[in-house]
Amino acid sequence: MAFFDVFFWEVVVSGLLAGVMYSLVALGFVLIFKASGIFNFAQGVLALFAALTLVGFQTGQVPFSHLINAVLGTNIQHWGEGTHTFLAIVLTLLVMIGLAWLIVRLALSKLVNQEGIILFMATIGLAYVLEGLGDIMWGADVKTLDVGLPTGPSDTIIDATGMFVEKLEIAAAIVAVLLVVSLTIFSQYTKMGRALRAVADDHQAALSVGISLETIWWVVWSVAGIVALVAGVMWGAKSGVQFSLSLIALKALPVLMLGGFTSIPGAIIGGLIIGVGEKLFEIYLGPMLGGATENWFAYMLALVFLLFRPQGLFGERIIERV
Amino acid sequence: MKLTRIALATALAVGLATPAMAELVFPSLSYRTGPYAPNGIPFADGYSDYFTLINERDGGIEGVKIDNPECETGYNTTKGVECYESTKGLGSLVYQPLSTGITYQLIPKATADKVPIHSMGYGRTSAANGKVFEYIFNYPGTYWDAASIIVKYIMSEEGGDISGKKLALVYHNSAYGKEPIRTLEKLSEKHGFSLTLLPVDHPGQEQKATWLQVRRDRPDYVIMWGWGVMNQVAIKEAASIRFPMDHFIGVWWSASENDVLPAGDGADGYKAITFHGVGDDFPIYADLKKHVYDTGKAAGDGTNAGTVLYNRGMVAAMWAVEAARTAMTIHDTKDITPAMMRDGMEALNVDEARLEELGLPGFTVPVKVSCANHGGPGLGAIQQWDAKAKKWSLITDYIPADREVVDPLIEEDSAAYAKEANITPRTCE
Repeated sequence: MAFFDVFFWEVVVSGLLAGVMYSLVALGFVLIFKASGIFNFAQGVLALFAALTLVGFQTGQVPFSHLINAVLGTNIQHWGEGTHTFLAIVLTLLVMIGLAWLIVRLALSKLVNQEGIILFMATIGLAYVLEGLGDIMWGADVKTLDVGLPTGPSDTIIDATGMFVEKLEIAAAIVAVLLVVSLTIFSQYTKMGRALRAVADDHQAALSVGISLETIWWVVWSVAGIVALVAGVMWGAKSGVQFSLSLIALKALPVLMLGGFTSIPGAIIGGLIIGVGEKLFEIYLGPMLGGATENWFAYMLALVFLLFRPQGLFGERIIERV
Repeated sequence: MKLTRIALATALAVGLATPAMAELVFPSLSYRTGPYAPNGIPFADGYSDYFTLINERDGGIEGVKIDNPECETGYNTTKGVECYESTKGLGSLVYQPLSTGITYQLIPKATADKVPIHSMGYGRTSAANGKVFEYIFNYPGTYWDAASIIVKYIMSEEGGDISGKKLALVYHNSAYGKEPIRTLEKLSEKHGFSLTLLPVDHPGQEQKATWLQVRRDRPDYVIMWGWGVMNQVAIKEAASIRFPMDHFIGVWWSASENDVLPAGDGADGYKAITFHGVGDDFPIYADLKKHVYDTGKAAGDGTNAGTVLYNRGMVAAMWAVEAARTAMTIHDTKDITPAMMRDGMEALNVDEARLEELGLPGFTVPVKVSCANHGGPGLGAIQQWDAKAKKWSLITDYIPADREVVDPLIEEDSAAYAKEANITPRTCE
C-alpha cells in the first residue's frame, strides 16, 4: 500500500496548500457574512477586480482606455512605464476601500432591514456590475501578474524530502497565517473591531448605542476587499489575471459549508480539509470514476459534514424561536 | 401642402417596396465576455477585420458588401443556440460558432434549416464526411487529424518507434476535450504506446491533482486538449513539476500567446500543432493597416493583430469570403442564399497561388473541399514557444494526418450518426 510513501505525503502537502488558497477566498465571504449577515455572491468578482486593478496600475494601463479610444478616436493605452509594485498595491487598496464605500452608499444602505435573500440578490447584481466594470476599465485579455512572489518548486524541500512543493503556495500559506492573525487582532483588540462584533451580535442594540451601521458595513466591505486583493494576487500569480478568476468563488463555497459561514478559523480548517480530501480522492479513487472528481467531491464532502453539523464545523447554531 | 404629403407618402412607399441593397451576412457568434473572452476576442477581431478589409479595399465580395453582426455567446451553449436562432433570419450565410458544444447543438438545426456551419478545426470530427453532414464543414482539419499528427510528430522525435512509451492526454472534461480520445486509443493500439487519460473540469483553475499524477506516472509526452484558463494553469503546473516542455504538445486551441505568457520563462519550449502561420509578416497586414487599423475601423484596439487567434479568425473569414465568391460563380448570381453558400464551400479551392494573390503567401495549408470531404487536407505543423523572444516559430513542415486510422473512424462515427438521425447518406460523384 502506497499510503505512506513520499508521493502520498506530497499529495497531502499539496492538498493542504491548495486548501489554503481556497481559504483565502472563503475568508472574504466569512468577514461580510459575520458582520452583516450578507452572503456576498460578488466575493470572487471582487478578487478579480482587485487583481485587474493591481495589474493595471503596475503596467501603467489607462483605465477605460477602450471606451475613451472608441468615443474620442484616440489610441491611448498606457500612461507611462507603470507603477512600482508597492505603490500599485497601495493604490489598489485605496480603490478597494473606495469601491466598498460606493457599494455601501449606492446599494446596501438602501436595503437596511431587508431580508437576507434581498441582500444576497443585490450582491448577485453587484457581481455582474463589477465584472462588466472590470472589463470596461482594464480589458479582457490575460494579464501576467508579478508582484515578486517566488514561483516554481522549492529545491530545499526537494533535496530534503523528494517532494515537489510550489514556493508560491508556501508563500500563500504564510500570507494566510498573517492575514488571520491580523484579522483576529483587528477584531478582538481594536475599537472598530469591537464595534464590528457588536453589530454582528445585534444590529438594533449596536445602533441604539450610536454605532453607525453604514460605517461598519463600509469597514467590513473594505476589509473584505483587501482580503479579495490578497486572494486575487495569489490566484492571479498562479494562472494569470483573467475573468475566470471570478470562478474561484466556486472553490470557496464547499469550504464555507464545511467550516461555517461565521468562523475565520472555520474557513481555514474547512479549506485544509477540502484541499486534502479532494486531492486524495482524485488521485487514489478518481481514476475508478473516470477522473475529474475534484469539483463535485468538494461539495459532496461538505454535504456529508452538513448531515451531522448543519451550521458547519465552527459556525454558530442559528436558533429561530417562533 | 397636400401635394407634399402625397409626394412624401409615395417616396416612402417606393422606398419600402424597393428591395434593400443585398448584403452578405456572416454572423459572428463571439465571446468577448466571461472566462473564455481572452480567446474569443482575438478570434472575433480577426474574423471581423478581414471582412472590414474586403468591404473597405474591394467594396465587398464582387461588389456586394458584407455584414458581420456579432452575437455574444459567452462560450455558453444555450446562448450560442439563441444567437443562431436570432440571426438566422437575417439571411446568414455561414456560422462559425467557435465552440464544440454549440456546434453539436447546431448540427441538426442548421442541417434542417439548410444553413452551413464551418466548425474550423473543432466540433464533431465525423462531420468531415460530407455524404452524411451536408451542411457541416470542419476544414482544414479535424481533432482526429490533429491527434494523429501529434503522434506522428512524437514518432519522428523518437526515431520512428514509440512502442512502450507512455503518453498522457490532459483534456478539458467536455465534448471538446473528449474528441481525440478514441483516435489516440486506436493509435496506441497501432503503435504500442500506453495512454493515460487525465480529465480537467471546467474551468481548470486548479489542476494540482492532475499534475501530481503526471509526476507520479512520468509519461514521456503529455498531449493537451485545453481551452481558456486550463491552458495557462496546465503550462504553469508542467513547468512547476519540471516536466520537459518540449515533450508537452497542445492542440491548436492550446496554442496561443495567452496560454504561454503567464508561465513566463517556464513555458519556454512548449509545443503545439497549428494549421496556419504565425506573426504579422504577411503582405495582407499592410492592407489591414491602411484600410482598417489606420482608418479606425478595426474591431479591437489593434493589440491582437498578428497573434495566433487573430490570425485564426482571419483565416476563417478568408475561407468564408472565398467560398462566397465560389458560390457566386457557380450560381451566376451575387445574391447568394445559405444553400448556395454551401455549394461554394463544397467547391472551395484555395491553393498556394490564390493565397499569394490574397496577400497570404504560405499563411495556411492549401484547402480543397469536396462533396465527400468536408474536412479538408488534414495537415498540421508544429510550432514552438520561445519565451525570451515571446514568439512562436514553426519548427516543422505541414504533416499529413494518419488517414489509415482517421478515415475508418470518421466513416464509422458518421454512419452511426446517420443511423441515429435517420439520414440516408448522399452519393458524391
